Amino acid sequence: MPERNEDIPDHNDPLRNIQPTDSDHLDYVGQQGLAVEQETLIEPDPVKREQARSLWGDAWRDLRKRPTFIISALLILLLIVIAIWPGLFTNADPRAANLTQDYLRKPDYTDFFGAGWFGYDGQGRSIYARVLYGARASITVGICVTLAVTVLGGLAGMVSGYFGGWTDSVISRIIDIFFGIPLLLGALVLLNAFSVRTVWSVVIALAFLGWTQLARVMRGSVITVKQSDYVVAGRALGAGTGRLMFRHILPNAVAPVIVVATIALGGYITAEATLSFLGIGLQDPTISWGVDISSAQKVIRQAPFALFFPAAALSVTVLAFIMLGDAVRDALDPKLR
Amino acid sequence: MTTALEKTTAAKDRPVPGTPLLEVRDLHVEFKTRDGVAKAVNGVNYSVAAGETLAVLGESGSGKSVTAQTIMGILDMPPGRITSGEILFRGQDMLKMSGEERRKIRGRKIAMIFQDALSSLNPVLSVGYQLGEMFRVHQGLSKKEAKAKAIELMDRVRIPAAAQRVNDYPHQFSGGMRQRIMIAMALALEPDLIIADEPTTALDVTVQAQVMDLLAELQAEYHMGLILITHDLGVVADVADKIAVMYAGRIVETAPVHDLYANPAHPYTEGLLRSIPRLDQKGEELYAIKGLPPNLYKVPAGCAFNPRCDAATDLCRTESPALHQVTDRDGAELAGRKSACHFWKETLHG
Repeated sequence: MPERNEDIPDHNDPLRNIQPTDSDHLDYVGQQGLAVEQETLIEPDPVKREQARSLWGDAWRDLRKRPTFIISALLILLLIVIAIWPGLFTNADPRAANLTQDYLRKPDYTDFFGAGWFGYDGQGRSIYARVLYGARASITVGICVTLAVTVLGGLAGMVSGYFGGWTDSVISRIIDIFFGIPLLLGALVLLNAFSVRTVWSVVIALAFLGWTQLARVMRGSVITVKQSDYVVAGRALGAGTGRLMFRHILPNAVAPVIVVATIALGGYITAEATLSFLGIGLQDPTISWGVDISSAQKVIRQAPFALFFPAAALSVTVLAFIMLGDAVRDALDPKLR
Repeated sequence: MTTALEKTTAAKDRPVPGTPLLEVRDLHVEFKTRDGVAKAVNGVNYSVAAGETLAVLGESGSGKSVTAQTIMGILDMPPGRITSGEILFRGQDMLKMSGEERRKIRGRKIAMIFQDALSSLNPVLSVGYQLGEMFRVHQGLSKKEAKAKAIELMDRVRIPAAAQRVNDYPHQFSGGMRQRIMIAMALALEPDLIIADEPTTALDVTVQAQVMDLLAELQAEYHMGLILITHDLGVVADVADKIAVMYAGRIVETAPVHDLYANPAHPYTEGLLRSIPRLDQKGEELYAIKGLPPNLYKVPAGCAFNPRCDAATDLCRTESPALHQVTDRDGAELAGRKSACHFWKETLHG
């Protein structure tokens, strides 16, 4: 066997004279060809050697190959760009209304990216511009609610699962109580408490009602991971509570939470549209697909296009996030497929 | 090699070899479950000195691991409960310490090596990070210093190309290499005492010997006490100084390792030694101790081993034997030899 420890200065150290066996080395080589890899072993070449791969690294490699991920990610990227800079895609003002000229004017499908492309709504406003500007409210609500819910629910679930005992009982009962509140009814009561309803009031209402789902997922996941040997080993080697929770348990427990959160994101966007449609979500100066769907519904016989375009935008957005969630789930947990 | 590791060795107060480190006194642990109370540990006594290796031998369910977990303070409580006893570490009762005091002993003064290295390493963190964590948590080193020390440690347990492999994840190592990493982690802060809970059970036979040799060498170098928990009689013979045999949560025999192998003073130990397959036994039926280990919810009255013992008498079924000091034929005490059998004389000399 070739001398492997040339770069280590002290040859007299008795500890170094025993070499590990071949069987140890073969595993190090991995699944690739032995003859070639033996050489790599002798002179470990950092470029040739297979990169160290973490769970997330693996998940990313897997994701990159999935068409559902590529399509949904591109769509979401486009939606986010639209939400941030809607002016990039149109010159029309979504609030400019010309009732006499444009009342429910039919779409001009040859007018690509023009104000009249998707037609005009019941107040003579460009539907195309409104669809673009409406993305901001939906995406903001979706992302912000998801973040809030993940942090709140994740923390509650983590504490509940890690400490167990009466802490767990108290948190679990609170979760049970929240589960009993229907989303629409709860949001109705909450949102009526705000004098002016903005995007943020909707975010707060939905996050307040939605954190329990994530808390349950996190709790279950933490309880499983908590019992694993490496957590016991970490404790045996002197790691404190905080380190065990956030360094050792969290990264191993967070995958299902991310999956549920990504899929739920589409749901929060739908919930915002539903609330706005019912008139208890966003209100008119704010441009929202839900509000537009609601107002288009009254003129559906004369102008189905006024309903179609905001509804289609909403569906595509929700679909994109659910597809992304599916792809992430498959990548993080192949067993769930 | 002039290493920071060696500097810390010099700076630290190493216990003088031979001084007592850990003493477990009359430890009782039970588990309260839905099915009743399982008495897992029923009055265990043992001690380890610096530089000494104590092997704790026993079948599954004999309480050897529970005792170790109690010493480490990682017993799940509830359902576990320490009903009585003392665990003295350098003279101080650890069971009376606060949680924070005990946490500071863990890893720094007493470390543990677990059975299954794959499941004992966190799959999402690189081994270098996990090794370095020891230094960051206990000594407050920076990330960079901790990583340098991690490489040094990996080198010390003879992982080839340590500097390249430090960022690899546990699944990229073989079983033997992973156990080396676990050993490195336990050794990181040069503890006074290491508890190794079946450190070679999950490894294949060729690697087992290497890992045991490594452990024994490093132990000798640092004058650590070592408690080796195992059910493998072969592993014990080479490395242990003395042996404690456990059965149903009790120590049934203690002896210096060679005395025990040569001449056991308890029928259970005798049975264990007879059940080792030998090469010259070809074609013969293998010996097995009859019956099953006792149900811990209902330990038999008298000597817990009586239903499986060939020499059991009525006395064995009614009266639990004390741990007797064992003497030779002339009545002179044999150092370190004790047996919890009413008929130890017959077993030893008969």
